[in-house]
Amino acid sequence: MPANFVPPSGVEYIRVLPEIILAAVATLIMVLEPLTPAPRKRALGYLALAGFAGALAGAAAAGWRTGPAFSGMLEVDGFATFFRLLVILAGLLVTLVSFPYLRREEAESGEYYALLLYSVAGQTIMVSAADLIVLFIGLEISSIASYVLAGYMRREKLANEAAAKYFLLGSFATAFLLYGIALIYGATGTTRLNGIAQVLSDPRMAPAGILTGTAVALMLVGFAFKISAAPFQVWAPDVYQGAPSPVAAFLAAGPKAAAFAVLLRVFMTAFAPLTGRWLAIMWSLSLLTMIVGNFAALLQTNIKRLLAYSSIAHAGYVLVAVTAHSEEGVQAAMFYLTVYVFMNIGAFAVVAYFSRKGERYVEIEDLAGLGVRQPVLAALFAVILLSLIGVPPTAGFLGKFYIFQAAVKADLLWLTVLGLLNSAVAAYYYLRLIVIMYMKEPGDSLLELPGMAVSTRAALWTSAAAVVVLGLFPALIR
Amino acid sequence: MHPITTTHYLILSAALLAIGAVGVLIRRNIIIMLMSIELILNAVNINLIAFSRHYQDVIGQVFAIFVITVAVAEAAVGLGILIALFRNKATVQADEVEILKW
Amino acid sequence: MNPMWIDTLFFYFFALLVLGGGVATITCKSAVHSAISLIVSMVGVAGLFLLQHAEFLFAVQIVLYIGGVMVLFLFVIMLVNLDESMQMRQFNRQWLLAVAAVIAAGVQAVWLLSKPADLPAAVPQVPGGPGNVQRVADVLFSQYLLPFEIASVLLLAAVIGSVVMAKKRL
Repeated sequence: MPANFVPPSGVEYIRVLPEIILAAVATLIMVLEPLTPAPRKRALGYLALAGFAGALAGAAAAGWRTGPAFSGMLEVDGFATFFRLLVILAGLLVTLVSFPYLRREEAESGEYYALLLYSVAGQTIMVSAADLIVLFIGLEISSIASYVLAGYMRREKLANEAAAKYFLLGSFATAFLLYGIALIYGATGTTRLNGIAQVLSDPRMAPAGILTGTAVALMLVGFAFKISAAPFQVWAPDVYQGAPSPVAAFLAAGPKAAAFAVLLRVFMTAFAPLTGRWLAIMWSLSLLTMIVGNFAALLQTNIKRLLAYSSIAHAGYVLVAVTAHSEEGVQAAMFYLTVYVFMNIGAFAVVAYFSRKGERYVEIEDLAGLGVRQPVLAALFAVILLSLIGVPPTAGFLGKFYIFQAAVKADLLWLTVLGLLNSAVAAYYYLRLIVIMYMKEPGDSLLELPGMAVSTRAALWTSAAAVVVLGLFPALIR
Repeated sequence: MHPITTTHYLILSAALLAIGAVGVLIRRNIIIMLMSIELILNAVNINLIAFSRHYQDVIGQVFAIFVITVAVAEAAVGLGILIALFRNKATVQADEVEILKW
Repeated sequence: MNPMWIDTLFFYFFALLVLGGGVATITCKSAVHSAISLIVSMVGVAGLFLLQHAEFLFAVQIVLYIGGVMVLFLFVIMLVNLDESMQMRQFNRQWLLAVAAVIAAGVQAVWLLSKPADLPAAVPQVPGGPGNVQRVADVLFSQYLLPFEIASVLLLAAVIGSVVMAKKRL
């Protein structure tokens, strides 16, 4: 045994409780999988649901005993706890949407739920990491499980292609990120986030060092890919289109929120001494992302692609908050990401339900007449769309308000103006969905529309309710 | 003759990074694109080992072990995805695949 | 104590293997040739590990990378019979980006050559002390215990993922 080894104390195990629960339940599901006959695979899904619920409790318990864990590899603070709860909640809602979807597609299996759990475990590790090595491994767990989930319907050609594209571009971006991490280790001699900040703020350190500069640039490329910021967004529409709808909901929620958490933590702590150098890049990145997302969304006819571009645009808004690089900006980003996760899962829940077996109805025109046939469902969907636009009193409005307020306080007037113009453009394509839903005569797509399953309904109601409640009482999470 | 310094290793690694990146960009065969990504990961490891020697600590080496672990995991999943794709399309050419044009 | 010039000679030899193998990997028409070139490149990297006194990684590189990953690659290449795709165009048109990547790397290399003092001073080697394997193990199983444990979660997810993708029935 190494001489300097101190065994982790009990409280350190509590701080990794959510990860332990998620990984253990996932492994348990894989053990039970061969023992479960095909018609009863649903039971494994319930087990996954219980796992997510347990992990929520675990994350809450861990958040109650904040502090470092495992020789400072993890830092469980308020920020980490917030994002842990968020990604676990996203996993839980996606599981609910997946139940009826997988049954309809006759593709229920334990592997699906296990991969979902592993992926969320990776994300909880990412958001609480205090060391770049841990951060990177967490990111990889999340990504590898996501690649497979995207191609889960592997008899569909589109799903194969989505998985292949996601995998190739994803691991290409990961390789760049890794190269950046290696260079930052070389430039500073450490992989600890606070250690890096310490070395970089040392005045004897050349601030324009080529190693540091290259490292920050390469890491930014890696992160920009994961949050689908332009010009690294090309994968998102194709992958969301090819992936099963619940998985698309998951990809746009969990991994993205976790990647933003990591981006915020790395750039606000480790690279804080270099703020002057990365601010201009972040500024252009956020503007480009908003423009690409919103204007490309105008041209879409497929709902899943539309939601993909909309998710790119929303990443752009959150990047505005990152560019503000203030405590207020971080708060605004956290609020917006929470709202965004609910809006996004709600929207994809509707798509998952509406598309029918084999996802035949995913064109925007297919929604025609939904407001007449399914008034409640359409109303909930409309609430979510209004929140995506940012209409008061929904949470989407408040989220944008906080972000632009933080931007104005950080003297980012131009970015604020351009961002507001962008949200005006965005109103057009969301409103078009509402108009088609309510104003158009129902077509063939509404024949034989089955009722919505209870679990999807639960996810949709939760999302819509969260959007309204957070809009009225933002103090709940701020 | 000049002694070999850390800088030599960094330049070698940058060259390998460039080769790998070019490989991903210009090749159409998914397997070879995957191999190019492996080249980049090896470039990372060259860096890590050079820095590890530079600072006389073993964190770089420990990091390199994790990089290799990740490379193995990626290769396994990537080849799995490739096999699924091949079963359906009977091709491993990136732009035979319709939405894979980039 | 080996004389300086032997180290220098070996460095350039292994660097040649690494870069030559790398270039061959991305230019060979046949995937099998590419895989073999990649093995050459990785042997070169393993040699560099040895030069830098990372003996444990040298072994890992040979056994795991060359013995494991590359054999996996060759298996898959044989499995997805590539005879037909051999006839097809093997290169696509991203030349612009590729040239940009090479230029960026070149600029960085020149910069590094012109002012190599960007790094903090090197720590001199202290003779004696425990061997490489023991030092790696000491750090890996104390300070880096958590990443070591979660790496097992990563491998588990990868195993399940590749089985899901490759098995015949769902």
